[in-house]
Amino acid sequence: MPAGVTIEFTHLTKRFGSGSGSVDAVSDLSFTVEPGQITGFLGPNGAGKTTTLRMLLGLVAPTSGTATFGGVSYRSLAHPLSTVGSALEAASFHPGRTAADHLRVYAQAAGLPRQRVGVVLEQVGLEQYGSRRVGGYSLGMRQRLGLASALLGDPSVLVLDEPINGLDPEGIRWIRLFLRQLAAEGRTILVSSHLLSEVQQSVDEVVIIAHGTLIHRGSLASLDMTETRQVIVDAPDRVALQLALTAAGYHFSSLRGGVIVENADAEAVGRTAFDAGVTLSSLSQKRTGLEDSFLALVGEEGAL
Amino acid sequence: MSEQPVRQLGHAIHAEFTKITTTRLWWMLALIMIVYVALVAGGLTAILASVGGSRGPQITDAQRAPLIYSFGSSIGYVFPVLLGALVTTSEFRHKTLTPTFLAMPRRGRILVAKLVALTVFGGLFGVLAMASSIGAGSGVMALFSQDARLTDPAIWALAGRAVLAMALWCSVGVGLGVLIPSQVAAIVIVLAFTQFVEPILRFASGLTDVTAQIGQYLPGSASDALVGSSFYSLTAPTVVGLDWWQGALVLLAYAVVASFLGFFTSWRRDVT
Repeated sequence: MPAGVTIEFTHLTKRFGSGSGSVDAVSDLSFTVEPGQITGFLGPNGAGKTTTLRMLLGLVAPTSGTATFGGVSYRSLAHPLSTVGSALEAASFHPGRTAADHLRVYAQAAGLPRQRVGVVLEQVGLEQYGSRRVGGYSLGMRQRLGLASALLGDPSVLVLDEPINGLDPEGIRWIRLFLRQLAAEGRTILVSSHLLSEVQQSVDEVVIIAHGTLIHRGSLASLDMTETRQVIVDAPDRVALQLALTAAGYHFSSLRGGVIVENADAEAVGRTAFDAGVTLSSLSQKRTGLEDSFLALVGEEGAL
Repeated sequence: MSEQPVRQLGHAIHAEFTKITTTRLWWMLALIMIVYVALVAGGLTAILASVGGSRGPQITDAQRAPLIYSFGSSIGYVFPVLLGALVTTSEFRHKTLTPTFLAMPRRGRILVAKLVALTVFGGLFGVLAMASSIGAGSGVMALFSQDARLTDPAIWALAGRAVLAMALWCSVGVGLGVLIPSQVAAIVIVLAFTQFVEPILRFASGLTDVTAQIGQYLPGSASDALVGSSFYSLTAPTVVGLDWWQGALVLLAYAVVASFLGFFTSWRRDVT
């Protein structure tokens, strides 16, 4: 495996149709994906994730802009499968061909040694099913076979479109550990998903798109948006507490279980109560969940 | 730099061969073809021998063997066409163009590799079909004490030209497959054209001299010109003939033109 490669998207745009009826599936998308970590490529269904990845892999021609691996487009790579391994959403297998034969075809096309077929089948835990026709495979087995195809050339970059879709809990745990291990080896890993919760435990970085445009780029922690945090507070003398909060200029709403103070910090709310001589029965910071932030970013469609 | 494309093409041809041999399609088609050709060649020999010369078309002893043996390609050619078209359209149908283009992003090279691999396979179908027609035909002729002419070099030259025709038909199938990526549409067109439309066109074109000039460029006529004998030469005596090598070139032209058009319409399109 060669050293890690940076994936670079530069003003990438894909327009379907022409004239007034044209739709920008992806518009002016620019970001980079660094080696040695797992980057989650997130967005609701129809946000343009698959189109973006297919442009990166030379399957769809961009209307404008470029997507490269360290400056080289996929079509110009001297040894594509040994540089980039990919598994795309629409798993494409001939149902009448066995898994081992499927891998053999593409190993031959890329000029890879035949032994790689057995190696990758073992890596994804399909060594016992290699001689079975793919038509009889479960969705989970197809996902694993897709991953095996991606690993054929022992590539330094992995591009995986919705690899967790359709996996059972055991399969999800397996793929998380597996991706971790691949990233630890210094590979560049880009994983798309429409659910943050699916990849939350695996990714280091997130790139979020909606309607084909970039809306957030940063570490996973950056999604935890501190500016919208709330404090939940309560006192035996609820009226006194509310008077103190009003005097301090807070906006709040009173619920049965306590008072939710908007845009507040637990320490400051505690001090306000202390200064007013109000005894508190509870005080805690409520952080907006990652998923909530994600949904807030991508808008209504994210709720699907 | 100069060696790279050649090596890549070699890899692609290798992979295309493996694609054909790793599904059941090729031997199922081959099996049906062998049985069909054997039944027609053997059966017709028997019928002609039993009814004698009193009814039906007059066939001399010299005509009989080449006519019967040429059934290998004159009725068998639909099988290599189907093989070429089905293998090609299945790439669209099962979305295997995605892994194919990922393994080798130079799409033109893959199409060339596919044409090469399937032309060779078409040749193999030709060998099997001719073995079937000659085997069944000569066997039945021996039963009726007719001369099977198996020592006649002209018979083996005909068999060789038939194998070439079958090889070219398979590449025509590939061209058709890229031109019409819908598998169902491709099958319907192959069957309707070869079994119905073309026979009628060939018959109708033979009615006037002008249309006959055009009719000789129909793929089936070109194929018969290449092989040199078929039952059409009995039913349409005024056939204007191309030379055998001209027939081969016409078939090759169909394959190349269809593949070329298909490359620019379906093959280069976005794979989604």
